Amino acid sequence: MISANLSAIFYLISGILFILALRGLSSPETSRQGNYFGILGMVIAITVTFLSTGNFSSGFVYVLIFLLIGGLIGAFIAYKIPMTAMPELVAGFHSLVGLAAVFVAISAFLNPEAFNLGYPGNIKLGSLIEMSIGAAVGAITFSGSIIAFLKLQGIMSGSPITFKGQHPLNALILISIVVVTYLLCSTQSPNLFWILLAISFLIGFLLIIPIGGADMPVVISMLNSYSGWAAAGIGFTLENTALIITGALVGSSGAILSYIMCKGMNRSFFNVILGGFGAIEKSSSNTSKEQKPVKSGNAEDAAFLMKNASSVIIVPGYGMAVAQAQHALREMVDTLKKNDIKVSYAIHPVAGRMPGHMNVLLAEANVPYDEVFELEEINNDFANADVAFVIGANDVTNPAAKTDPESPIYGMPVLDVEKCKSVLFVKRSLSPGYAGIDNDLFYKENTLMLFADAKKMTEDITKNL
Amino acid sequence: MEIDPFIFRLSIFILSIFIGYYVVWSVTPSLHTPLMSVTNAISSVIIVGAIIAGLAGNSESIFNSSSTFGFLAISLAAINIFGGFLVTQRMLAMYKKKKKDKK
Repeated sequence: MISANLSAIFYLISGILFILALRGLSSPETSRQGNYFGILGMVIAITVTFLSTGNFSSGFVYVLIFLLIGGLIGAFIAYKIPMTAMPELVAGFHSLVGLAAVFVAISAFLNPEAFNLGYPGNIKLGSLIEMSIGAAVGAITFSGSIIAFLKLQGIMSGSPITFKGQHPLNALILISIVVVTYLLCSTQSPNLFWILLAISFLIGFLLIIPIGGADMPVVISMLNSYSGWAAAGIGFTLENTALIITGALVGSSGAILSYIMCKGMNRSFFNVILGGFGAIEKSSSNTSKEQKPVKSGNAEDAAFLMKNASSVIIVPGYGMAVAQAQHALREMVDTLKKNDIKVSYAIHPVAGRMPGHMNVLLAEANVPYDEVFELEEINNDFANADVAFVIGANDVTNPAAKTDPESPIYGMPVLDVEKCKSVLFVKRSLSPGYAGIDNDLFYKENTLMLFADAKKMTEDITKNL
Repeated sequence: MEIDPFIFRLSIFILSIFIGYYVVWSVTPSLHTPLMSVTNAISSVIIVGAIIAGLAGNSESIFNSSSTFGFLAISLAAINIFGGFLVTQRMLAMYKKKKKDKK
């Protein structure tokens, strides 16, 4: 058994290792080392916890058994999961962090002596407040992530679910969470603790259902942040430095990612959270849609254009992930490169369903990361490029965001695809994108629409090159 | 006048938020997905609370109501720890630089 002071120092060390784990992600070269720091930090934290309790009785065996069961499930998932399912996986993992926080809070509430927090019915006020916050945020994270998971999996419709009185209802529940927490802290009644958990689960559910599929990058980042705050709340209860540091890191990480995603869509955080975006289609754009002429082509035309180009920029989007076209795409690019054509990739911050989604898929297809560029890095290059190959992206290329103040996406940063000499647009149909708005790019003189499945079209082009 | 230990923890918390702020802004956007999976893994350090709860059951009743929730939380957190770190590892292994082999 080691002293409380010594274990506190070890918890601090594991906290620092977690900071280094995130620091490593500043470049792909240092990232793998960073991940090892994270693992080391976790091993230290768990080992110190065992040593500080000094309890190696039969309970210890059960701890190891449950640890092993969870570990095996986790490892199995990590090896089996396809890269395209990464958003679902992350959402699922968030829900587990939330639920674990809830369970730890419950056991601390039922047996506060084990944590030196007082006695049942007489828990230290500060601890009870921290515990309630941790439990409530954990519960919101859990149910919110479950909904996000179901939407990403396609089990639940990705379109926003809205109903009358939604916002007043949510506000009412949020207020009641505060009231119940206050009553719980003054009466210590277990019933109020269960009520608090129940309404927190409910509000997590209600907060996420009105948010649509393409807003998922914000939702996932936000839930990431929540899971951190939940961990920090429990960290305060347990007086554990590692947990407090980690909670703060994860909380701010998720918050920054949400901010970056909101900026990528030029929408305020509250606008996304209040939801329902894209549910109402603009009637003005619908009326003129049918009359405008569209040039459509086949794989041969596309191959011809690309063969005669000297530089090509690829713009991937969620459609590429759905069609699993990343490998076919890389094969096409390989062929282009053999013909001495310069190829680069342009990634919009909100392309896909989570931050960095496209980058992971391209990395999976063995695309070197120094050929992949962010919006600010590459946007000036479109004017000098011969062909832009838009595969599965739509709204992030819509020039209306720059020119049409009426457009719902006006002000959103977009890729200047239209400045290319010619634009190839792989799409299943002319249907508007998620935002429910028409893309002027489809009707431009220099745009060639390729109506097909992204993967099949890419393969066909490669054959024709 | 003695300072409440809570204030010390609060200080650590606030300072960590600032560290997190600067560290996360320096993460390259192409690694944002691994960032999420690794933050997932490290926030599961909540397992330390679960272990304390699990070990708190006395020898006559290892599974009382409190420790049972502890044991369940151990498994949940372990799924995240192993799953989170391993899947991050798998992703990071895919990020490669351009090879200099021009045919």
